[in-house]
Order: sequence, then structure tokens, then C-alpha cells
Amino acid sequence: MSFTVPGKTQSMLREILPRLVLSPSLFLILIFVYGFILFTGYLSFTDSRMLPSFDLVGLANYTNLWGQRNWMTALQNLAIFGILYIAICCILGLILAIFLDQKIRGEGILRPIYLYPMALSFIVTGTAWKWFLDPGLGLENTMHMWGWSSFTFNWIKDRNMAIYTVVIAAVWQSSGFVMAMFLAGLRGIDGEILKAAQMDGASNWSLYTRIIIPQLRPVFLSAFVVLAHLAIKAYDLVVALTNGGPGRATELPATFMYSYTFTRNQMAVGASSAVIMLAMIAAIIVPYLYSELREHR
Amino acid sequence: MSSYASQKSAIGAGKLVRAALYAVLILFAVYYLLPLFVMLVNSVKTLDEIRGGNMMSLPEHFTFEPWLTAWSTAQIGVEPTGLRPFFVNSLFLVVPAVVISATLGALNGYVLTKWRFPGDKIIFGLMLFACFIPFQIVLIPMARILGLIGLAGTTSGLVLVHVVYGLGFTTLFFRNYYAAFPDELIKAAKMDGAGFIRTFTRILLPSSGPIIVVTVIWQFTNIWNDFLFGASFADFDSMPMTVALNNLVSSSTGVKEYNVHFAGAILAALPTLVVYIVSGRYFVRGLMAGAVKG
Amino acid sequence: MAFLEIDNVCKSFGPVDVLKNISLDVEEGGFLVLVGPSGCGKSTLLNTIAGLEGLTTGEIRIDGDVIDDLPPAERNIAMVFQSYALYPNMNVGQNIAFGLEMRGMPKAERDAKVQEVAKTLQIEALLERRPGQLSGGQRQRVAMGRALVRNPKLFLFDEPLSNLDAKLRVDMRTEIKRMHQTFGTTIVYVTHDQIEAMTLGTKIAVLKGGIVQQYGTPAEIYNNPSNLFVADFMGSPAMNLIPVEIDGSWVRLTRDGDDPLVLDFDQLPASVGNMSGKQVIMGIRPEAITDSQGGAATRASSHRTVTAKCRIDVVEPAGADIFAITALGGKEVVTRLHQDWVGQAGQNHDLVFNLDKVVFFDAQSGERLR
Repeated sequence: MSFTVPGKTQSMLREILPRLVLSPSLFLILIFVYGFILFTGYLSFTDSRMLPSFDLVGLANYTNLWGQRNWMTALQNLAIFGILYIAICCILGLILAIFLDQKIRGEGILRPIYLYPMALSFIVTGTAWKWFLDPGLGLENTMHMWGWSSFTFNWIKDRNMAIYTVVIAAVWQSSGFVMAMFLAGLRGIDGEILKAAQMDGASNWSLYTRIIIPQLRPVFLSAFVVLAHLAIKAYDLVVALTNGGPGRATELPATFMYSYTFTRNQMAVGASSAVIMLAMIAAIIVPYLYSELREHR
Repeated sequence: MSSYASQKSAIGAGKLVRAALYAVLILFAVYYLLPLFVMLVNSVKTLDEIRGGNMMSLPEHFTFEPWLTAWSTAQIGVEPTGLRPFFVNSLFLVVPAVVISATLGALNGYVLTKWRFPGDKIIFGLMLFACFIPFQIVLIPMARILGLIGLAGTTSGLVLVHVVYGLGFTTLFFRNYYAAFPDELIKAAKMDGAGFIRTFTRILLPSSGPIIVVTVIWQFTNIWNDFLFGASFADFDSMPMTVALNNLVSSSTGVKEYNVHFAGAILAALPTLVVYIVSGRYFVRGLMAGAVKG
Repeated sequence: MAFLEIDNVCKSFGPVDVLKNISLDVEEGGFLVLVGPSGCGKSTLLNTIAGLEGLTTGEIRIDGDVIDDLPPAERNIAMVFQSYALYPNMNVGQNIAFGLEMRGMPKAERDAKVQEVAKTLQIEALLERRPGQLSGGQRQRVAMGRALVRNPKLFLFDEPLSNLDAKLRVDMRTEIKRMHQTFGTTIVYVTHDQIEAMTLGTKIAVLKGGIVQQYGTPAEIYNNPSNLFVADFMGSPAMNLIPVEIDGSWVRLTRDGDDPLVLDFDQLPASVGNMSGKQVIMGIRPEAITDSQGGAATRASSHRTVTAKCRIDVVEPAGADIFAITALGGKEVVTRLHQDWVGQAGQNHDLVFNLDKVVFFDAQSGERLR
């Protein structure tokens, strides 16, 4: 048994080594996340155009932003897209999960089929759906070939309807994942409660509406948070599917920010739009994280 | 598990209801498979057949030509290089970024659970929030910094970007996994004379297989599928696969070779699809861990 | 100078004092049991001895050397954990050898030591197995092997039996006692189980609220509890604690619907005699109240006894004995009767009180009146 009396430096090292190991990550996060947020925040109060400038102009960019028709379109589209995307994903996910939870033969085959789109890049999804929704090549053409000549489905070319095609593709990509979340939630419910409810004479319908679905509240919350933040960040899908068009009909805050910052040389306006996006996400995420971290420790 | 469901269905649901249930489920399976089917089928048709025919029909003249074109001769920029160099770019990007971010995440998770110190929860909170920020908020300063440190337009620069913005998730994964790892084992290792590093390499790491798989899959799919960072920070020579694919598909010059586009899209999707097929169980776990904290 | 000396140890987590001025010492080869309810500080005290937690003030010495500032590995202490903490990724042999490996012992030497320990603990056949393939008893043996192989100066046990089922627990208790006797090791053992404490310890420290309530041999703790907490905590069934009135040398116990029971002590300690009119608790263990057959034995060993008729409310045969419950001083009082006793609940029976085994406490402070 060797007994080395540790020097002061050695015991000091033991104390600080864990923090030392953590520090590169902390440094990166502080600079690249929080430092950058501050930097972008600062830029949003300047007159930066093609290059960053440090001359403050107060709230001019924000008033400018809210006066932009494109920005208002982007927000409006985000509202339509976000609400439909979240709602349809949740409803579809819940229904599929409940159906799949009925001792379905072949569940092992169906589940991965529902889920695989999540593994794909939005760019791939966008490429596939762009073509599928194209009136000349896709669904409409197919229906015509099959003899249904009056069938029209040209939303992707329609200024008023194009945003809904984004919803269709996004739901296709994410609903299977929401299904998996609900399925895990369903499988986690205590079977004894359900037996008790059945002894109480609950019908199939009331078993689900009164007992099971209310218990899935945490899953709804998690799904909402994940989907909401995906919706606000949504960028790639729009680029690949419609590229913001026709015209600017499918502009979203993310595409707005990108084009103003990098192609229209209005960096300060782009920065202010990014700040608004961050604020939207923070409003959803911060309370969620706060409650999650509170509960679990 | 869901014994209640089987009981209920055995008692309540008639054959008709059961049939309807299956019909709905199969209908949705078709919905999810259709776009992939269309891509696959049309990637082996000739362009003429696509233009004149039905996207649903099977190819009359099977051709592998679009795949070869997409891979090695399709025009992405000025040169007819195909997607191959960009596929390679993505590989050179993904592998180091995944390894570095997973390693750092594992160390962070280890410190945050087993070597706790005052303020560690705040640090974890800061890292966690970083998972959710809209990346638009960091695009402008990131472009500046990459330029300042001489990494603008390079694969190394993209590796840095993906490491930084993947850290939150990898830390989260490992932290949650190690939180459930018994503290007594760490105490025992201390009594046995293992220090900070040997406790990690000899005790924790050998038991971390499942969470390493989850983290690697998560990071791999996220980084491989990324478009925003690639489009913002890569130049032509370091362009990742997704960006190249988008350029190929949306280039407005020349004839639109749909069959080549589809072949390219499937090529871009292939690595993540393979990962998903090989380890779907872990893939789901990764997605869920990213969604549900605890 | 004792072998292990714990000297005025205090430990606080922020504003919370977990250990308050703890002073204990153990002779070489001694077996100290720290016992108390959960949250009493016993595990924290063990962790400070191990070096897994620092102490706020005070000093801990082993064999005269202060060990406060040494890291755990350099204190020459081994520990057996509640969950046994066997490394799941290593086989049994590697588990046992890990501590030696960390100290840089060459492989051949390590293997020889592992073989030796495995032989004494009869786990040679298990050396290639993983912890997951072992039974609870085997795991404990491996954990003990991991501690023994380093030949440490001091062994620490942190509730090692609490994860085992009842029968195995008794077996493993014996095994630990045997190990202690065979190797003459010095042990500090934490438990919340007072039976373990009584059966294993050469010395017991009863802790509550970070304070040592009493420190002594098992017999001292059992027969002479220094306060109400110790009296209540140690022993199963617990000591009867009955509110009484003191009247000179008489002790009066009220009874429902009957005259009070009066025990005449001839002479009470002055501290008790002074308490007339104040609230006093009388402590008497179940075996000190018995039937006339058991009472004969008590009298034969020349103890002072009082015999009185009491109503038996409930009878609980327990095999070797019969526990009968009566009511005195408004409390349920458990008595321990001979296994041949015959009688019915709801009737009056003769009970023999052994006055030499009675202790008194100040009801206000809870302290013993001696």
C-alpha cells in the first residue's frame, strides 16, 4: 500500500478538474450562444446593412419591421402553419397511437413506416412533396390519367393555398414522431386504473376521453413544445418546397430573416426579426424548462 | 403493457370495427410511404417516361442511369461533378462533429451528475436552453467569427458550428443517463483509488453503450440533415449534401431531370435511413429524450 | 489512545447542521455500530470517516494519524455499500482487484491476492461472473472481498443488509460477525435496524438529529437507556413507557375502570423521589412483566417483584413466548409471558413486575432519572 502525501497543488487539481473539464463547453456556449444573442440583439438597434455597423438607431428597425408587409405575411403564415401543424400532428398522432394500441397485428411493421419520415432531411421531404403536389406531374396528373379529369389540386401554385402545402409536408414528416410519443404515453398508463374504470362500467369511449387522454397531458405538453419550436425554426422545408413562393406567399420568419440579412443587405432588420423569433421561442421554452427542472430535482 | 386494450377489443369491438381500424392504419401507412415510393419508382424511369406517364406507375424501361448521373455527373455548380464530392463533404463534416460533441457531452454529463458543485444547475439550464434557440439569432455573428478565425467556408468551420449547437443535446442525454447511474459506484471507485478520469473511463464509460448509441444517432441525423448552417457558412468546396441537393433540384438552368433529382434525394436520405432501419429503437429513444426531459 | 478517534466532529450543509459535536472512539478490533432513524446523520458520519465528504470542524484520527485532509483512497479504509456498488462492467475478479490495480500493484501479485481472498470467502467459483449474475448473498461476499483484499486498517459498512430478504439477512449478519471474529478487523457499521445493532456491535452509538444520544455496549444501551428516545428505539417489542405518579416510594399507574396499580419500590433514587407531583415516565421492558410461572424465575434470581391482577386485553402467541397486552397509565403495555401460559383475553390475570428492571424518565426533558 503506497501512501503518498498529496501536495497542495495535487488536491487543488482534484478540486478544480471537474470544472476544468466543463469549462470548454461552458465557454463555447457562453460565447456562441449567449454572446451571439447579445451581439444580434445589439445589431438590431443599429443601422447595419450589408456589414455590421455599431451606430445605434434606437427602435427604428423594429418599427420598420412591423411596417413591412413581408414580415406581417411571415407572421400570419407562421400563425396558420404553426396552429395547423401542431393541431394536426397532435390529433393524427393521438389517433394513430390509440389505434395502434389495440393489439394490432403488424404493429412492428406499421410503427416504423409511420416514423421513418422523421429520419429524413427537410430538403428531401420538400423535394418529394414539391413534385408530388405539382399539378402537371404529381397527384393531379395521376388522377387525370386514372380518368378523373375534373380533379384539381394546384395549391402549391396558388398564393392563397400554398402555405397549406407546407403544412401537409410538415405533418407528413413529424406526425409519426408525435404518434410514438403518445404511444409511449399510452403504454405508461397504470393498467390497474383502467381495470378499475372498467369495473366502474366505463365504456370504451369514456375510458379514453375521461381516463386515458387526460392522463396524457404531459405528452401533449412535450409534443406542443417540440412542435412549436420546430414551427418557429422552420426554414429548410419552405426553401425546398416553395422557396417562399409563389411570390412571397409562403414566407416565414426564418426565411424572412435569411433573405433580409444575406440577400437584401438589411442586416439590422434581419437581426431584429431574429430577436423576435428568439422571444417567441423563449416564451414557450423557458417556462417549460423551468417547470421540468423544478420537478425533477 | 396494454392488456386493457386487448380486453376491451375482445369484448367490445366487433369484426367490422376491427376491419375499419386496420383500414385506417393501412391507409396511413400508404400516406407515409407514398412519397418515398414515388421517388423510388421515378428515379429508375427515363425522363420521357416521367413526362408522358403516371408517377404512380412502375417503370416500363428500368434504368439505373439517373442514379449514376446524380452520383457522378450531374451539374451542381459549373463542373459536372455529381453529388459524390458533397456526400464526401458531409461525411467529413459529420464524423468529427459527432465524435467531438458526443465526447464533450459525455464529460459534461459526468461532471454535472457526479461531481456537482454550486451553480451546476444554472450551467445545465444555460446549456439546455441553447438546444432550442432559433439559429437565425446566431447566423450573423457566427459568419463574422468564422471569418475572424479563418474558418469561413471550410468544413472545419462547420464542424465547430455543429459541435457548439449540438452540445446542449449531447449534454442533456448523458446527464439524464448518468443521473440514473448509482452514486455508490462512484463512491466505491473513489475508495478504490480511482480519480476523476479513471472513474469515468473505467466505470462509467463501459456502461454507457446505450446512451452513446442514442447520442450518435441523434447527432448524426441532425448534422447530416442540416441545411441552414451548410447554406450559410459553407462555400462551394465544403458544401454539404443537403445544400448540394437543393442546388441540383432548384437550379433553373437547363432541363429539369426529375429522375436525377429523385435519385439524388434518395442518396441524400440514404445514410440517415440506414441508421434508422438498423437502429430504429434507439432512434426513437433519441427523439423522445430530446422531447421529454427528466 | 483508541484506534479510531472521532473528535468533536461537526458537519453542516449550508445552514443545516447534520452532525453536532460527535465524539466517539473505537479500540482496535472493535465493532462500532451507528444506529438511528433515517436522517439522523449516521450515513453522513460514515462518509466523513471514509473521506467521501469533508467535515466542517473537528478531527478524525486512525491509529493516531489525523486523516481529515486525505482523499478517500489514501486513508487505508475499505467500505461495503448498501447496494454493494459492484462495477457492472467488470467480473467478480476484476471488481476485487480494481482497488489494487488503482494503487499500481503488478498483475501477478493482484491475482494472487484475489485468489487468496476468494478462497477465504468461498467465492472462487464466481470469479469470472458478472455482478448481474450473482445472488444477493453472493454480491455481499464479493463486496466484502473487495474490502478485505486491500487489507485496510478500518472497514466501513453502510447498511449492507437492507437490500436482502429476511432470511438471507440473518445469514449474512452471521457472516459479517464471523468475518469480524476471524480477521480481527476494526469495523464501523451503519444501520437503522436495532436488532442488527444489538447482535453485531461491541459498541453502539445511537444517533438522532446529528447528536449522539447514547454511546455504550449493547447491554448498557438495552438495560440503561439514557433517554426516552433510546429507550423507545432500541428493543423489539419496544420498552413500555408509562406515565406514572410518584408518591414517596410509591409509583402509581392509573387503570381504566379499576383502582390504580401501585408499585411499592421501598426506595427510589432521590432524583425520582423528588419528582412527586411532576410528570414522570416509567420504562419497563416487556420481559420484566411476566406471568406467575415466569415470575418464579425472576424471584429466584432475587429481584424485587410485585404481583398484581391486571386485565389482559389482547393475547398474541409468538411461539417461544406469548405477548399479552394490558392497559396501564393510559398506554398499551406489552408483557412477555411464558409459552405455557393459559388464559383468556378480557379477563384479569396475575402479572409479576420486576422492579429491578424499571427505569424512570423526566417526561418534560426526556432524560433519564438516575
